[in-house]
Amino acid sequence: MNRVSPWQVAAFLLPALLIYTVFSALPLIDTLRLGFYVTDDSGARHFAGLANFHTLLTDPQWSAGFWNAMANNLKFFLIHMAAQNPIGLLLAALLSLRGVKGAAAYRTVLFLPTLLSVVIIGFVWQLILSPLWGVAENLLGWFGLQDWFQPWLGEEGSALTTLSLVSVWQFVGIPMMLIYAALIAIPEEIVEAAVVDGASPWRVFWSIRLPLILPTLGLVTILTFVANFNAFDLVYAVKGAVAGPNYSTDILGTFFYRTFFGYQSQVGSPTMGAAVATLMFLVILAGVGLYFYVVQRRLQRYTF
Amino acid sequence: MRSLAPPALRSATIHTVLGGYTLLALFPIVLVLINAFKSRPAIFDNPLALPTAETWSLVGFERVLSKSAVPMFFGNSLIVTVASLVLILLFGAMAAWALTEYRFRARRWLTLYLAFGIMVPIRLGTVSILQLMVQLDLVNTLTALVLVYTAQGLPLAVFILSEFIAQIPQDLKDAARCDGIGEFRIFFQVVLPLVRPAVATVGVFTMVPIWNDLWFPLILAPGDSTQTITLGVQQFIGQYATDWNAVLAALTLAIIPVLVIYALFSRQLIRGITAGAVK
Repeated sequence: MNRVSPWQVAAFLLPALLIYTVFSALPLIDTLRLGFYVTDDSGARHFAGLANFHTLLTDPQWSAGFWNAMANNLKFFLIHMAAQNPIGLLLAALLSLRGVKGAAAYRTVLFLPTLLSVVIIGFVWQLILSPLWGVAENLLGWFGLQDWFQPWLGEEGSALTTLSLVSVWQFVGIPMMLIYAALIAIPEEIVEAAVVDGASPWRVFWSIRLPLILPTLGLVTILTFVANFNAFDLVYAVKGAVAGPNYSTDILGTFFYRTFFGYQSQVGSPTMGAAVATLMFLVILAGVGLYFYVVQRRLQRYTF
Repeated sequence: MRSLAPPALRSATIHTVLGGYTLLALFPIVLVLINAFKSRPAIFDNPLALPTAETWSLVGFERVLSKSAVPMFFGNSLIVTVASLVLILLFGAMAAWALTEYRFRARRWLTLYLAFGIMVPIRLGTVSILQLMVQLDLVNTLTALVLVYTAQGLPLAVFILSEFIAQIPQDLKDAARCDGIGEFRIFFQVVLPLVRPAVATVGVFTMVPIWNDLWFPLILAPGDSTQTITLGVQQFIGQYATDWNAVLAALTLAIIPVLVIYALFSRQLIRGITAGAVK
């Protein structure tokens, strides 16, 4: 349609494609390739097929750590799905009701924690939950619950759940905002027609608004999945690279970091790290693939 | 289930839930801000109280600003964030223009190739990125961070800017072409000014993850003179864990710029998120 020379098109595209290719796409492919190599004592690399993956998944020294990180990561994700997204949905549903005074102000403030760095968030919650400072204990005391208080972040049984909830606290603004945008995009006539027919607000929500925002809930799910299986910062900021106590907060991101860089007595291994990254890539790819498969099918069904 | 509650009660319930959650969202931030301005005994005796004339103290800030490298970390973060943003927005807008305006054979494939980067985190390529930076002799430079963040931000920027560029009326471009204006001048003098609001929007929410990132500074630029504020505060806290005044002051210094930027740009930011969702 537009008669321009290929050179002009290339000049517009080249800077972006070059940087993206050299610093994102190629390193990703190269990392996937490196997972199939081993480094010998002299530092030379040899192709080793699936040896690294075999070690990671079956060698007792490695597999315990890997599967622990995988299970913890799954738990991390499930807690986000069970807490973050329903709370986000509730807040968005309330904000999008007509005639709620100050909705814009609530929305602005509720999104604020999402913008702060995980380092700040992690440390603030560490302070709040610290038995030394006693803020959480005092607050529980206002409700007569001070006996409930435990150093939740320090105990093996509760540290991961506590960290997950801190992460939920920080990121609840994202599902809230996405769902809110979808809710206010629903044409007013549809809702009014239901109200005229005598539907209660509750009924309107469950039978009309919720089904219409299902694609957004799908998007929120996949975004949560990718973010969670790629998470690192919060655990590192609060618990360091060893993800204590006793690896109870270890997730794939921290496991990847330790494998790549080493820690304490273990020497880091780029090729083994690349193998961990490859497995993380496969998990994320599987999630994204499943999402497109499900959403694609749903969209097709709608067109009938 | 039919709601029989009178409107006043219903409104009270809504505000209780929203207000309660607002308190929960703000409480940790407020707690840090109020305690950063208190003397050490006051921090411990009564953490929930506002600073008073007797407990007011700026000792933490004095220590952080005079005896640590926190001001320099700020400068590093600023350089990295601004440079990455400029590159992402300029190159992203150029690519978005080429992909929406011109018809050429590889167009769909290139769009798909870039879209892949939206979903797959660049962090998974870290092993090779580090090797590449070692080869290029860029380890412990801010340039390494700028290049990686630019690569990371481009896919989403191209995707969203394409949506906006596609809405520019054809007549406008045709008129410019009839006047014999070249494609580069059309892009810089006609298209770019028209999508300025979209550029601001993409800019604000591309900026936040860059400013806050911990992973790449930790791996590519952990040196004393190249730390960003996020990494710097993390290490500062580790070093001065027992100096509560200094730690709270450092946290406050890290929170305040985000609060200021959010106050200035919250509308663009929220518009960006919602625009991305609806499309």
